[in-house]
Amino acid sequence: MSDHVVSVEDKAVLKKQLSTALRLQKFRAVLLVAPLLLFVLITFLVPIASMLTRSFYSPDFAREMPATAATISSWSGTDLPDENVYAALVQDLTSAQARKTIGSIANAVNMEVSGARSLIMKLGRNLDDIDPPYKQALDKLDPKWSNSETWQALQNLTPEYTGRFYLTAVDLLSDGHAEISLQPEDRRIYAPLFLRTFAIGAIVTLICLLLGFPVAYWLSALPLRYANVLMIFVLLPFWTSLLVRTTAWIVLLQNQGVINSLLVWAGAVGDGNRLPLIFNSVGTVIAMTHILLPFMILPLYSVMKTIPPSYLRAARSLGANQLTAFVRVYLPQTKPGVAAGCLLVFILSLGYYITPALVGGESGTLISNIIAHHVQKSLNWGLAAALSALLLLSVLILYWAYNRLAKVDGLKLG
Amino acid sequence: MSLPVYAGPFERLWYYLFRLFCILVLLFLVLPVLIIVPLSFNAEPYFTFTHGMLSLDPAAFSLRWYRDVFQNGMVDPTLPFASWAWLSDVWQNSQWIHSAKNSFLIAIGATVLSTILGTLAALGLSQESMPANRLITAILISPIIVPIIVTSASIFFLFARIGLTNTYLGIVLAHTVLGTPFVVITVTAAMSGFDRSLIRAAQMLGARPHVVFFRIIMPLIMPGVISGALFAFGTSFDEVVAVIFLTDFEQRTIPRQMWSGIREQISPSILAVASILVCLSILLLTVMELLRRRSERIRGLAPS
Repeated sequence: MSDHVVSVEDKAVLKKQLSTALRLQKFRAVLLVAPLLLFVLITFLVPIASMLTRSFYSPDFAREMPATAATISSWSGTDLPDENVYAALVQDLTSAQARKTIGSIANAVNMEVSGARSLIMKLGRNLDDIDPPYKQALDKLDPKWSNSETWQALQNLTPEYTGRFYLTAVDLLSDGHAEISLQPEDRRIYAPLFLRTFAIGAIVTLICLLLGFPVAYWLSALPLRYANVLMIFVLLPFWTSLLVRTTAWIVLLQNQGVINSLLVWAGAVGDGNRLPLIFNSVGTVIAMTHILLPFMILPLYSVMKTIPPSYLRAARSLGANQLTAFVRVYLPQTKPGVAAGCLLVFILSLGYYITPALVGGESGTLISNIIAHHVQKSLNWGLAAALSALLLLSVLILYWAYNRLAKVDGLKLG
Repeated sequence: MSLPVYAGPFERLWYYLFRLFCILVLLFLVLPVLIIVPLSFNAEPYFTFTHGMLSLDPAAFSLRWYRDVFQNGMVDPTLPFASWAWLSDVWQNSQWIHSAKNSFLIAIGATVLSTILGTLAALGLSQESMPANRLITAILISPIIVPIIVTSASIFFLFARIGLTNTYLGIVLAHTVLGTPFVVITVTAAMSGFDRSLIRAAQMLGARPHVVFFRIIMPLIMPGVISGALFAFGTSFDEVVAVIFLTDFEQRTIPRQMWSGIREQISPSILAVASILVCLSILLLTVMELLRRRSERIRGLAPS
């Protein structure tokens, strides 16, 4: 080798060339990722963000009813509002009648206080016949106008930025003046639904762990050629359409279905009192467990596969009995798999919509179903957005935990 | 995990009970899926095995629900079975065939889009020089994590504003969003098991970048790309919530029609459709398994 020395100029040139090459490489990598990132941004992140803004931003009412919004905000809420609020309301409704938007205003108020729709539509029909003073005129038209609850609803709707959807979403009641109280027990809907969603998710996760752990353990200990064959039992349902699996459970669990017929035939239950297995939370739990079990088994299996069996043998030869060896040596090593599987199943179960809607009946529906209801049927989009935000928040927290605990980048498939 | 010879009676009992339990769980996984196949041949409109079926009486089995699947919606159901006129009538007018065509059209569109976008992104992400790697991966994968109802409702509000609801393009785009994470995951995984010195070797031997890509990288990550594409296809083919939110009767897919069929009045022809889908998923599973073996062989691992 000749002792060739790199000169200072050469060094500088090389350095520059290297940094240019690196920059080019970086640019190329970014260029490859950019199309998908842009696509996901436009069709996924931005729409979600814009939907979530509906949960705290609702300018429609103030825009439609400017005079009312301006006057009612100073109302103290204790007594009935002043005459000028009444006049503003009549004025706004008259112009809304002309723009044919009175129906949507009535709907918006109706979401705050039920029965307000007919009240406002009735006023809309009689706008020509009422004269000042409006306070008496409206009271004569319908005594509900002397109910401060109606005005409270109007005042609640006025601010552009509002927390009322979030209050509703956790069953809190606001009187508009910093007094926040819990809804009366019989009118609480959403908090129990959230609790049920979390409870069913936890139950399903627990059952999946109890069923999945032994199976994954067994499969990981079997020779590969047997394990691969038995893996088909796990992968077939995984690859089968969700609707097919749900249909299967409807067929199996219904009153005249296979399981009940089998039980009647075996004499376990009488023909008269077949078990109610479907259209309740039992059906939801059974069907969801079946659907999510592969998501538990697969990560567990892939972690258990990496645990050398020699550790267990070493523990036993050092005098541990089978139970001790399993609990002290094997179990701690499966922790990442258990965490990944449980979080994955729990996260997926929180967002379940199809299965609860089809087999859940009244007592088995989850938070997703009520969101769909508010988007499609009741058209209370603010509330749907608030519920979505809360659901999304819990899922994201869990996803973050998943990434921390599972110590894998993203999800492992198959 | 065979039973050691020195095992005591308790250990022996535990060993067999444990195996029994595992087999029962595996049966719990497959039996519900498989049980609808024989049920779909029921001659009666019931969802349980009739006495005739249990005693294997041929008269208790029939293909009537399968015929129902094809003929429902036909203009002239009296046409002779399997004649040319019958076939063309079925192809053009059958309700389920229409859904199947939609399902395949939408799934193929979404698969092509998400495979291209996902593969490119994964190639970029697996380069060491990629900035903010973890964050971007997390963002790209998030469509699997975000509850489908939130995604669907959000996309619905966007598409309603720009007139993409009730269009094929709209639902294809929505399904592409849902499918890309799988492609990103599988291709990134394929890239991580990839020996980078192969690229350098090719470069040193004078290969231009596009030659390196098509002759070296592509064949090696192909199993990952294909399995990602299959995941994307399966996701789109099986997806129903976005379809419910974003499409109309005209764009209905098979799962969408099953959904309304189950909600309105469940008829055994749903079971016939379900059985056909089960066969399809067996096919898909087989392809995946073959791919897995191929990828192991390619990387020089012992085939298992």
